[in-house]
Amino acid sequence: MSKVRVATVWLDGCSGCHMSFLDQDERLIELAGLVEVVHSPIVDPKEFPENVDVAIVEGAVSSEEDLHKIRVIRERSKILVSLGDCAVTSNVPAMRNPFKVADILKRAYGEMADHNAGTGPSEVVPPLLKRARPLHEVVHVDVFVPGCPPSADAIYYVLSELLAGRTPTPAELTRFGA
Amino acid sequence: MTVNVLTLTIDDQQVSAREGQTIMQVATENGIFIPRLCHIEGLDPVGACRLCLCEVKGTPKLLPACTTKVSEGMEVSTSTERLGEYRKMILELLFAERNHVCAVCVSNGHCDLQSMAQKVGMDHVTVPYRYPKLQVDATHERFIADHNRCILCTRCVRVCDQIEGAHTWDVMGRGEGSRVITDLNQPWGDSETCTKCGKCVHVCPTGALTEKGRSVAEMAKQRRFLPYLTKMREEW
Repeated sequence: MSKVRVATVWLDGCSGCHMSFLDQDERLIELAGLVEVVHSPIVDPKEFPENVDVAIVEGAVSSEEDLHKIRVIRERSKILVSLGDCAVTSNVPAMRNPFKVADILKRAYGEMADHNAGTGPSEVVPPLLKRARPLHEVVHVDVFVPGCPPSADAIYYVLSELLAGRTPTPAELTRFGA
Repeated sequence: MTVNVLTLTIDDQQVSAREGQTIMQVATENGIFIPRLCHIEGLDPVGACRLCLCEVKGTPKLLPACTTKVSEGMEVSTSTERLGEYRKMILELLFAERNHVCAVCVSNGHCDLQSMAQKVGMDHVTVPYRYPKLQVDATHERFIADHNRCILCTRCVRVCDQIEGAHTWDVMGRGEGSRVITDLNQPWGDSETCTKCGKCVHVCPTGALTEKGRSVAEMAKQRRFLPYLTKMREEW
């Protein structure tokens, strides 16, 4: 049996969900026999591959780059898992949402700067969207796993159910802010 | 004094009740949990949050369990698929209306809104978040009012009026402009009526009213006092 092609993605989040993923500890060895990690912050290729079976996405959609990425991910993946509060609710990244982007940049790069006060980056760094948004506002999401971060047990349960061909319902194992 | 005993059915379970009791009271006595947010034992029910809506046979409308009195032969359903969908929708609207960021909230892990979402299986919000700009009132020497986290349940208003007798809290405005206020919409710290008793803080279901000096997840609320105080009032 060919291995299930799994990708993990880190958008606007703190990587805590990925840390929790790694906290599955020895269960990762079991998973390694069943899945091939084709894309991840800890895998080298930078392009998101074609024909992904399960894409697990951490973080909110906050920049134009995030928006481009999540659209490509959706197009190339059979199942999209929204992992953690930033992906599910936009969480902490959304705390900027009541304010204008220009005001936020002015605050961060101007008023708060000790040296070289400016108005924020204008090159290389992708521009911020007007608001940080949860994944499902932008693309279709198949599985929601709230939590900040969801526990390793919750992530393992979700993966096990998906690998067994079932739709996971992790409500008992995790919640907003968990 | 004689009390009429009524017989009714809740979720296909035959139960008996005293006349004058609400569906919520009878359900609770019989181990049936009905979701609720504005209701708390010890304060007068107001039927504001609509989470406890139930189906009653013979009535096309859904009725709030906290304010609806039981009657003879009533057939109540508390957890149909339709009610489940409505409850999820109500919670989605509450989460979308203001700025609830569970992960960094003082009440994380001790919040009725958060645990209710988990209980009814509301795992994402399908309506657009509104992100209103709201005030945090930290003028009081002991407490903080964070309107970002308020769900307008009016527990604070009722406990301050009905139990403490101060009526410092009230509600102003309508619709999306509604706010709980202290005195005549004056800073809480300037309130001449507030007795600093803290009952409002402890009945508040979320992190909207908290004690100062609490960090993330540290604001556990103590509510055991409420039924005792209510009982004392009745007996005196």
